[in-house]
Amino acid sequence: MTVLSKNPVHSVIYLIGCFFAIAGHYLLLNAEFLAVVHIIVYAGAIMVLFLSTLMLMNLNDETEQHKPALAKIGAVIAAGLLMLVLVAVLKKADALPAPVNQDLSIGTIKNLGKVLLDEYLFPFEFSSVLFLSAMIGAVLLTKKEISPQTPKGGF
Amino acid sequence: MFSVVPIQYYIFISTVLFCIGVLGVLFRRNAIIIFMSVELMLNSVNLLLVAFSAYHNDASGQVFVFFVMAVAAAEVAVGLSILVTIYRNVHSVDIDELKSLKH
Repeated sequence: MTVLSKNPVHSVIYLIGCFFAIAGHYLLLNAEFLAVVHIIVYAGAIMVLFLSTLMLMNLNDETEQHKPALAKIGAVIAAGLLMLVLVAVLKKADALPAPVNQDLSIGTIKNLGKVLLDEYLFPFEFSSVLFLSAMIGAVLLTKKEISPQTPKGGF
Repeated sequence: MFSVVPIQYYIFISTVLFCIGVLGVLFRRNAIIIFMSVELMLNSVNLLLVAFSAYHNDASGQVFVFFVMAVAAAEVAVGLSILVTIYRNVHSVDIDELKSLKH
């Protein structure tokens, strides 16, 4: 649906539905905090970013020209073959043993925070630097260049 | 509450999601849809990581999902700002028209 719908706004809506489904799977897997974070980050932030960019570009009418039929068929065949190979390999693989008795508390905030700040402290700090640079980069890239004719400080 | 769904099903569903993402990248010409397909692929990998972390009783997998989300958010922010800049200059986000770097 995300891929096939003609209108990009519809694709965004379908993708949000898909994200909610994935969040439901996280809940099933006892990762409650991750499910909430997933909904907030993806459905709340990233999709809003996509939607606002779409509105900004005024692409919500069906103006997109599609690829030629040959390229479409090639894309479908390539993706289908990839899926076929992956599924065949996974079917051939040995069945995994039954899971060890599951600890229900690994998805809680307390446990996750412990692991995050004990074992993965350096990647955590590094990702904050990544965010900072991404923020600066985004602001710099979208800043309109002020032409030399305009007076200083004005638009 | 145990996880009642066997892990094989999670492997298959994330494989299918990943292939749908690949199909989206190959199929569409709109660069924004291609970004969304990349998000779909990242999410399928996230789902697999969470499934295996629940399977192995190891919270490291969920921490890795955090890092993937962080990288995805940063990537989307920078990528969309690049797209806005391109659109401002070229008035198109069609990747077949953006083949060359010059305008």
